[in-house]
Amino acid sequence: MNKETMTVNMGPQHPSTHGVLRLVIELDGEIIEKITPHIGYLHRGVEKLSEHRTYHQTIPLTDRLDYLAPMSNNLGYVLAVEKLMGIEIPERAETVRVILTELTRLKSHLVWIACHALDIGAMTVFIYAFREREKVMQLYEKISGARMTSNYFRVGGLSADVYDGFEKDVQEIVDTFPGHLDTYEGLLTKNTIWLQRTVGNGVISAEDAIDAGITGPALRGSGVDWDLRRDNPYSGYEKYSFKVPVGENCDTFDRYKVRLIEMREAISIITQAMKALKPGPVLADEPQVCYPPKENVYNSIEGLIHHFKIASEGFPAPEGEVYQGIEAPKGELGYYIVSDGGNKPYRMRVRPPSFVNLSAIEKMAKGAMIADLVAVIGTLDIVLGEIDR
Amino acid sequence: MDIFGDIPWYIYFAAMILKVLVAFVFVLLTVAYATYAERKLIGFMQVRIGPNRTGPIGLLQPIADGIKLFFKEEIIPAQASKFAFVLAPLVALVPAFISFAVIPFGDSIQIAGYKFPLQIAAYADKAGTVYDLNIGVLYILAMASLGVYGIVLAGWSSNSKYSLLGGLRASAQMISYELAAGLAIVCVFMVSQSLSLQAIVADQSGLFGWYIFRNPFLFVAGIIFFICSLAEINRTPFDLPEAETELVSGFCTEYSSMKYAMFFMAEYANMVTVCAVMTTLFLGGWHGPLPSVLNFIAKVYVLMFVCMWIRATYPRYRYDQLMKLGWKVFLPITLFLIMGNAIWMTLFK
Repeated sequence: MNKETMTVNMGPQHPSTHGVLRLVIELDGEIIEKITPHIGYLHRGVEKLSEHRTYHQTIPLTDRLDYLAPMSNNLGYVLAVEKLMGIEIPERAETVRVILTELTRLKSHLVWIACHALDIGAMTVFIYAFREREKVMQLYEKISGARMTSNYFRVGGLSADVYDGFEKDVQEIVDTFPGHLDTYEGLLTKNTIWLQRTVGNGVISAEDAIDAGITGPALRGSGVDWDLRRDNPYSGYEKYSFKVPVGENCDTFDRYKVRLIEMREAISIITQAMKALKPGPVLADEPQVCYPPKENVYNSIEGLIHHFKIASEGFPAPEGEVYQGIEAPKGELGYYIVSDGGNKPYRMRVRPPSFVNLSAIEKMAKGAMIADLVAVIGTLDIVLGEIDR
Repeated sequence: MDIFGDIPWYIYFAAMILKVLVAFVFVLLTVAYATYAERKLIGFMQVRIGPNRTGPIGLLQPIADGIKLFFKEEIIPAQASKFAFVLAPLVALVPAFISFAVIPFGDSIQIAGYKFPLQIAAYADKAGTVYDLNIGVLYILAMASLGVYGIVLAGWSSNSKYSLLGGLRASAQMISYELAAGLAIVCVFMVSQSLSLQAIVADQSGLFGWYIFRNPFLFVAGIIFFICSLAEINRTPFDLPEAETELVSGFCTEYSSMKYAMFFMAEYANMVTVCAVMTTLFLGGWHGPLPSVLNFIAKVYVLMFVCMWIRATYPRYRYDQLMKLGWKVFLPITLFLIMGNAIWMTLFK
């Protein structure tokens, strides 16, 4: 029988391709026969740019990778450079980093639940989640001066200590957040239509998920118990106790549940970290690498020269190569840095979780309908800034 | 001429034109302000404010939107089938309004010794007997089916794949749900013994006279009719033909300016119409504690509120799930309801 398929070009301008993803789909009626993702519409050459910048100057570039979780990107990068330099950072800086990256996880997952629900048609959850995200954004703004491109972490610690009242603001988020999560669950988890749309949708088995290199909640949704925070701890995560949720049915609903539990666990980590937060320095005592304190820069010529040297020349890193992966909200975010001994990386490679996760889209949505494809894009939680870099 | 009965032809025409004008303007205003009410209501439900810039609390927003759309550039895609492309919005809009002709929106009123029933397609003779379209319900069903042509034409003539998919979804969906809706109405016929809407409303006086409260089968039939109506007019959770996140804007992707506005109006006019039909068939029409017209309006508005409320709450069905719901759930249930209703009527006559 002669069967003709219809080719539909979905994106880069399409309401549910989360940015500038372009998918060329072969359709038989509404059934998807083939998906070809086309990427690169947001390519800015972050990896190449970083070869021409000192180690500190690359930090703001990392903000713009996964622009929904800038602090996680910062963290992965500074951890990689610190590993290369062999720097120990003060405990307070480490704890603040954990608090902020867990808040970033909340922020990123809020955008995920918002867009995922909107893609499936539940408009209200979208607005509610953005309301909560605004709280985290305001905290971001207070702490770093920017709502999205935070550029707050530094090699060796933080750019500045947190502001007065930081604890109170975090506590407010921690106190109110579980209630908000219950609201989303009330709107979605027991909603018949939501269940019909997500249960059994976008199934990918554990083997396939591992083969495709999927990481993060998408991997755990398929039943693989793997979380870098627990299995390869960094930034002092070994000090906190938290559960790693794992799904069973490998479908969109399980990934949804995994992310929701992850948000609750993030709250628990933040609470533990807030208890462990002790006063102290937030920048390592490494004058060769770290910026001097601001009062020295303004009040002494030595401080000014010190600042100028670090800002203009940066610092030379020892020859070698280093890989540091962290559990970013979307999966394993890795930075691979090769140094030839200069003050700039010889090569920096980012392993973006979204890029790898996107590669499984055909496996997850083939044979399903267009509406399922939209749900799959939502459940993969991709960000094009990270995919195209 | 005896088609006017024994009332003078000029009174007949004057009353008719007046009724048409009043009803049409009222529906048009309701349509305009339904868009405003929807944005405002969903805004409140979603901790937003909704339109509040144009006029006091945004009350002039529908007018501003209308003016804006009117002055937008008309874009007809080069590959589109022009005639059908221009025709489609009209075909969608007219049936949406025309169903209102047979809906009784109030009790008859007496002016200067003549009796005027508040229903466009009806008149009363000197003796006070009200004559209306004796197949009113069939007429409504027929007009509701016409609406699908506008959407299919729009989807096909745009020569866009998203529009085509939207049009296909719409045609399949509207036809399947019409069936279940029609069967739900059969339960009403069985009780009313008439297809005339005047007779159906007259039979529903008093709260427990409302058909939806007559017996459990009619209650379920009423709910199914309302859900099927939502599907027939492409409202959430059945808004697949224009599912934004899947098909960009579905059948009206390529439309701009007034032609888009007409689809928009058709959607809301359809909402007013199905709420009016639901009120007439199941919720006692204009019967109630207030003056008759106000009862009718209040009931229609409450139903419209429910439509908007559903939109703020529910996600969207998938195409195959929607068809399954229509054919495998609602159709058998309505068939069962007809049988149950018949048994009930025989037992508790």
